[in-house]
Amino acid sequence: MQTKKTGFLSSLKAIVCDPFTMFGVVSAILLLLLTVAPAKDYLSEWRGYQRQYLTFIQNRGDAVTLRRHFQGGINQIWIPQLDVVDRCQTCHVGVGEASLADVKQQPFRAHPPIPHKLTEFGCVICHRGQGAATTVNQAHHSDMTGEEPILPARYIESSCGQCHHEPLEGTPKLNQGRTLLSRYGCVNCHTITLPDGSTMQATDFPPPLTHIADKTTREWIYAWLKDPAAYSSTATMPNFMLSDSDASDISAFLMADSTPDPADRISSPAASKTPPADPTAGASLYGESFCASCHATQNEAGNLVGGTLGPELTNVGTKVKPAWLLAWMRDPKHYDPATRMPQYRWTDAQLNLLAAFLENKTDPDFVANVHLQPATKQQIAHGKELVMENGCASCHEIPGVPKPENFGPNLSRVGSKPLVQLIFLPGMEHSLPAYLSGKIRQPRAFGASLRMPKFNLSSAQVEAATTALLSLTDRSFSLPANLQVPSTPQSHYEPAGQAGQLMSSLNCLSCHSINGHGGTMAPDLSWEGSSVQRTWLESFLKNPNTLRPTLIRRMPKFNLTDAESTVLTDYIMTAYQTPSFVRDEMPLTGYSPALIEKGRELFYSRYACQSCHMVNPNVDKGYIGPTLTDVGARLNAAWIFHYLKDPQALRPGTIEPNQHLSDDDANALTAFLMAQKGGAGQGAKQ
Amino acid sequence: MLALALCAGCKHPTSSAPALKPTASGTAIVLVGGDKQLGSPGSRLSQPLQFQVNDNLGNAVTGAEVEITGPKGVIFDPAQVLTDENGQATFKVRLGGISGRYELTASSRDAHGKPFSLTVAEFAAGYQEQVGYEVNEKYCSRCHDQDSTVTQVSNYDNLAVKPHSFSNGDVYNKITASDLATIITHGGPAINRSALMPPYGWTLNKAETQAVIAYIRLVSDPPYVAPGVVYAKH
Ligand code: HEC
Repeated sequence: MQTKKTGFLSSLKAIVCDPFTMFGVVSAILLLLLTVAPAKDYLSEWRGYQRQYLTFIQNRGDAVTLRRHFQGGINQIWIPQLDVVDRCQTCHVGVGEASLADVKQQPFRAHPPIPHKLTEFGCVICHRGQGAATTVNQAHHSDMTGEEPILPARYIESSCGQCHHEPLEGTPKLNQGRTLLSRYGCVNCHTITLPDGSTMQATDFPPPLTHIADKTTREWIYAWLKDPAAYSSTATMPNFMLSDSDASDISAFLMADSTPDPADRISSPAASKTPPADPTAGASLYGESFCASCHATQNEAGNLVGGTLGPELTNVGTKVKPAWLLAWMRDPKHYDPATRMPQYRWTDAQLNLLAAFLENKTDPDFVANVHLQPATKQQIAHGKELVMENGCASCHEIPGVPKPENFGPNLSRVGSKPLVQLIFLPGMEHSLPAYLSGKIRQPRAFGASLRMPKFNLSSAQVEAATTALLSLTDRSFSLPANLQVPSTPQSHYEPAGQAGQLMSSLNCLSCHSINGHGGTMAPDLSWEGSSVQRTWLESFLKNPNTLRPTLIRRMPKFNLTDAESTVLTDYIMTAYQTPSFVRDEMPLTGYSPALIEKGRELFYSRYACQSCHMVNPNVDKGYIGPTLTDVGARLNAAWIFHYLKDPQALRPGTIEPNQHLSDDDANALTAFLMAQKGGAGQGAKQ
Repeated sequence: MLALALCAGCKHPTSSAPALKPTASGTAIVLVGGDKQLGSPGSRLSQPLQFQVNDNLGNAVTGAEVEITGPKGVIFDPAQVLTDENGQATFKVRLGGISGRYELTASSRDAHGKPFSLTVAEFAAGYQEQVGYEVNEKYCSRCHDQDSTVTQVSNYDNLAVKPHSFSNGDVYNKITASDLATIITHGGPAINRSALMPPYGWTLNKAETQAVIAYIRLVSDPPYVAPGVVYAKH
C-alpha cells in the first residue's frame, strides 16, 4: 500500500516537474477540448437530419440526382428586401426536389407546388417561425418576445392573405373567413384597416329598431335576445348571454323607445280575416315570386331550403304583426331604406294571400313561456344602459342611442399579437390561433365583464374566421408595397334618373351587378343593352321566364306596368353597352341558307354545342347553358359573334369554353343561332 | 428515457381514453359514409366517418368496439368507440398537416378475438389541388360526375359519349400527364375522342390546367403512382 502510494505521488511529481511531460499532458487536454466543438457540430440536430437524408435517398431510383443536388452545411435563403434569412432548408433538405413530392417522412418531403418560388419569398413569410434558427425547437416553437411559433397547417391560407386581398381560388378558408367577418358584422365593432388604407366593410344590414313596436312584440324581442339561434340557426345576430331580467329590461326599453309609423298601421282593406278560397294559393304565389331565392324555410325533413340574402321565414308568423307584414310587403324601403328586398307590385289580393300564408308559419313554443310584467321606469332606463353597454347601436339604428365609435379593439394587426400580451384560459394551448378561435367560440369564458357576444358558428366557420384574422399581420404592412394585391375597389354605382328610381325600388342590385356594384346571384347587366334585343327585353321584364330550366333561383315577376317596363328597357338598351363593338354591326335576319346550314353542322359536330345547350328540345338534351330555342329572337347577332369568339371578354367568369373560333366559323354559328326564333321544330333536322 | 419523455409530452387520445368494454362482436365492418372527402391539410373533414359492424348474417351489431387508426398527424375524435343502437361507429377526423392521400383503417375483433378491418381513403388538398378542385367544380364536374346536387344538376345523362369520373383510377392512371394536358387544352378530338369534350386551352391558363391534373391524380382510386421513380422500402 505504502509503496504504491509513494510510487503514484512520485510519478505525479515527475510529471509536474518535468516540463516536457507537462507540455504533453496539457496539449492532450487542449486537443480534447478542441474536439468538443466539432463533435458538438457533428452531433448537431441538423447534421443528423442531413445524414438521415443521405441514407433515406440512397436506395431510391433518383438517388444520383438527389445526391448531386445535395449540399451539406447550413443552407439559407437570404432576401434582404423582405427581411428574410431562412435556414429551414438545412434540415428540410428535399424541399425543392419535385421527385420527393409524395414522400411522407418529414423533414424530407418536397414542398407542394404553389404559385411562388421558395427562393423569392423564403419560408417564414408563410409558415412563421424563426428562419435563422438552427435547432428545431428554436425554429418551430419559440414564443419569446418578437419571435413566433410555426403556424399550424390548417391556418396556412392566412399567409396568402397578407398580400392577396382579393379572394383566391386556392384559399377557400381564407375567403370564407373574410366573408364571415363582414357578414356577421364583426367589423361593425372592430375596425380592420388594410395595408392599402381601406377598411373592411360589413355586408350585413341589421334592421333599424326605430319602429320595432309596430313590427313585433316585446315577448318575441325577449326570446330573440335570449337566443337568436333558437329562432333561426342562420341568424347573424349573436347571443349576448343576457340574464332574464336584462333581456326583459332591454325589450322594455326597445318597445318604449319605438315610435309608431303611420304606414305600418294601415292594413289592407280586405284584411286577411277571411281565409283565402284556395288554401294553396299563398304557397303558389310564394313560389312564383321566387321568395326562396333569398329567404330560407325549413322543410319537413328539417333542412333549410332557400337563400340567405334575407332572413329565414320558417317561423315568421311568430315574429311579425299582421299589419306590419302587409305594410312591409307593399313597400319594404319605407320601413328600412337600406333593405335589399325588392318592392314587388303585388295587388291587395295577392298581399293578403301571401300574408295569410306567412302568418301561418309559426312556432308557438318560441314565445310560449315568456311572461313579462309591465316594465317600470327604472327598468326601462336600465334597458337603455344595457343597450349602450352592449353596443347594440354598432349594428342597429336605435333612436336616442348614438352609434359607438371603435366599440371593440382594433384588429388591423391582430395576426401578429405577441403571445405575452394574451391571457390564456387554463389548459388552453399557448398559441395565437388557439387564442383567437377560443375568443370567437367562447368569448365570455375570458372574463365575465367582457362584452363580446357569442356567434352561432360551426367549428369550420370558427377556423375560417381565425384564418382571416391571422392574415392581419404586421408583416402585411411592412412588405414592399408592390407585393400587395389589393381587392377591387368598391364601386358605388347607382343607376340615374327615373329608371334609377325604379331599379332602386326593385332592388335590382341585390342580385345583379352593374358597373362593379351589386350582387352575384344573377347575371351582370353592365352590357345587357349590347346583348339582348329590345322587344325581347321589354316582354321579359313584364313576364320573366327562365332561360335555364335547372336553376332554382330565378328572376321574379315584379308585376311591372307597361310604362315601367318601357322606361327600364329604354334605359338598359342605352346605358348598358359594351365599348368593344357596335350592337347593330350585324343584321338580325337575312343570313343565307347555306351559311345557316354550315353553322348547324359546326354546332352539332365540330363544336358539339348540344352537350350543354338545346336548340331543338326534341333532339338536344344539354342543359348546363341557357336554352337556345329562341336565341335568334333574344340576342343580337353582333353579341353572339363576339361572345363566341371570346366568351370571358364579354362575361368574365362564364364557364362557356373559349373554342378559339375562326371568324368564318363564328360567323356561320351566328347565322345558325340567329335562325332560331322560337316556335316548334326550327332547330336541328331530325 | 428520451422516448419516454417524448411520449409523455405528446397527446395520445388513444392511451388516455378509458378502456371500452365491448358487449358484443361482429364479423365485418362496412362503410356507412364519409370516405373520399376532400379537406385541407390539418383541417377537420366536414362529414364524420361512419362505419357499421355486422354479424355473419349481415345484421348490425350494437356494442362492438371499433378502433380507427391512420398515418401520423391524423386526429380522431374518438379513436375508439362502441357501436351505437344502429350498429354504427362515428368518428370525427382531422387530417394531418401534409397534403395527399390518407388511408384510415377501422378495425374490430370477432368473438374469437380475431381482428377484421376496413380501410378507406380521404384526401388533403394542397394549394394546387385545391385550385384544381375549384376548376373541376366550376367547369368539369357537371359532365364528369353523375351525381346531381340541388344547385348543380348533372349533365352526364345528356351526353352521347360518356366521360369518366375523375376518381376512376383504372381509366385516368393510364393516361399520361401530357395526354391529359392535351385533351384538356385542345378537346376530345385532339386525342381522337369525342368533340363533346370541349377544349379549355383558351379558357384555363397553364397553371389551372396543371392544377386540375394534380386534382385528378389526388382523388384517383386506385391511387395514382408517379412513373419512373423506384421507391425503396423503409
Ligand atoms: C360538356 C361536357 C364536358 C365538360 C364540361 C368537360 N368534359 Fe371532359 N369529357 C367529356 C366527354 C363526353 C368525354 C369523353 C370523350 C370520349 O371518350 O370520347 C370527356 C373526356 C375527358 C377526358 C378523357 C378521359 C375520359 O374521361 O374519358 C379528360 C381528361 C377530360 N374529359 C377532362 C376534362 C376537364 C379537366 C374538364 C374541365 C376543365 C372537362 N373534361 C369538362 C365531356 C366534358
